[in-house]
Amino acid sequence: MALLEVKDLDIHYGAIHALKGVSISVEEGQIVTLVGSNGAGKTTTLRALSGLVGASRGDITFAGKSIRGKKPHEIVRVGIAHSPEGRGIFASLTVRDNLELGAYSRNDKAGIASDIERSFSRFPILKEREKQAAGTLSGGEQQMLAVARALMARPKLLLLDEPSLGLAPQIVHAIFRIIREINAEGMTILLVEQNAHMALSIANHGYVLETGQIKMSDDAKKLAASDEVRKAYLGG
Amino acid sequence: MSSFLQFLFKGISVGSLYALIALGYTMVYGILQFINFAHSDVFMLGAFFSYRLAVKLDWLTPSPIQATALLLMAMAMCAITGFLIERLAYRPLRHAPRLNVLITAIGVSLFIENTGQLIFGKNVIGVRSLPQLPEHVFHIAGIPVRAVEVIAVVTAVALMIGLQALVFGTKIGRGMRAVAIDHNIAGLMGIPVDRIISFTFIIGSALAAAAGLLVALTYGQIKQPADASWVLYGLKAFVAAVIGGIGNLPGAMLGGLLLGLSEQFVAGYLSTTFRDAIAFGLLILILLVRPSGLLGKRVVEKV
Ligand SMILES: Nc1ncnc2c1ncn2[C@@H]1O[C@H](COP(=O)(O)OP(=O)(O)O)[C@@H](O)[C@H]1O
Ligand SMILES: [Mg+2]
Repeated sequence: MALLEVKDLDIHYGAIHALKGVSISVEEGQIVTLVGSNGAGKTTTLRALSGLVGASRGDITFAGKSIRGKKPHEIVRVGIAHSPEGRGIFASLTVRDNLELGAYSRNDKAGIASDIERSFSRFPILKEREKQAAGTLSGGEQQMLAVARALMARPKLLLLDEPSLGLAPQIVHAIFRIIREINAEGMTILLVEQNAHMALSIANHGYVLETGQIKMSDDAKKLAASDEVRKAYLGG
Repeated sequence: MSSFLQFLFKGISVGSLYALIALGYTMVYGILQFINFAHSDVFMLGAFFSYRLAVKLDWLTPSPIQATALLLMAMAMCAITGFLIERLAYRPLRHAPRLNVLITAIGVSLFIENTGQLIFGKNVIGVRSLPQLPEHVFHIAGIPVRAVEVIAVVTAVALMIGLQALVFGTKIGRGMRAVAIDHNIAGLMGIPVDRIISFTFIIGSALAAAAGLLVALTYGQIKQPADASWVLYGLKAFVAAVIGGIGNLPGAMLGGLLLGLSEQFVAGYLSTTFRDAIAFGLLILILLVRPSGLLGKRVVEKV
């Protein structure tokens, strides 16, 4: 059975019907990506998984248990960490404070301390900036902090919302290499991207979301090769 | 020179009381971006709770330990009151338009004042029936200073140091700072946002309770619950929070002190008739010159 199972999810923002019967599943150990143009409903899907928006219909099952209707902090506790769109860094707090906040759901002091050291060895730049306000970091560094912070919760599933947003191509490559590394260490990842090319190149499975509906679901390599996807999202 | 020192000491003692109340306004504003109009009523309750407890326990001339116990009990009672206000009146309106919350806050305030009149009566409670502190007079730099004023300053400073340690040195304090920045992102960190908001009301209300007790002791009387002087005191403390930069803790302390000192010096050197106008003069000045307050970074607005 899949680690995450989303069934027939409907989300409304007032009168706006943002998701219309979305079903996706994420197998343990995989990278699954959700691609689609701006406004398709990708962020809304992740927000629903984290309990930031309520669903009007459907169910979300994680590790065999329904998590629909749970509060965001409870969802972190069951094992889902979310690095949000725009990174959501606490700009006025230090890099270390941000990392410590990522571990808020945990009480094992020693484990937290050693995980911070692990973040620092994975992202040496964060160690250098440890006591600096996070807002002084560059965009790429902030994205690294956002990923490192999400990992501090020791999740079973990592949700990443547009980690490439607004970054230079070189930095995007570095971020994607890190995502692949984290996955290779065993982390299951649900990756939301407008940059379909990059996302499909590292994912096992892909979904194409269009105006709130899943239009395609296939092996990531096959999706990347399909005419429809290439025309619509990969520039021909 | 001696009158200068006198105004200085008095200003510090009044200012630290403003600061204690200002902290509650500023913490709630920082976390919910709304002015808790009922805060001055929690402050008022602090005075009445401690007085009633003193009568009940027959501690009208309390020993230092008894006085501390009274303070802590009044703080606990106001903490519960603040918790209930948030839980019952404000939380159901978490996603409602801000105006609704503001009107509700005014409603809560009127409710407490009227219920307070029913419970505590409409008479001024005079100095003789108050817990009597030893009317000891200290001499600081040759200036006589009343014991109550020294106690007020020491208590206020101790509480503010405690608050600073809580907010900047503990996990829950880190959670409070995160919630003040962004509720949603805080939730994604695994922070129980509603519990942090409750906690903020609890702490702010406990500080207001301490101020209520200390104000009663300083002025030697407790005016009836709906007396305008409570609201005026609360309003001044709110102005102190704005002067320091609403949402900013050191700002509230600085604003309180500044206001207390300005009042005493103006009243002392110019005229006492201006004293109550100082707060609002300072408010206008700060809004013109530095709208985000002395230590504030964010723009003040929203209400
Ligand atoms: N808070 C909101 N209130 C109202 N509508 C929203 C809100 N957030 C998103 N939407 C709408 O929902 C749809 C999906 O948005 P979103 O999930 O952000 O898309 P994506 O992440 O794929 O760009 C869009 O039409 C957007 O305008
Ligand atoms: Mg988005």
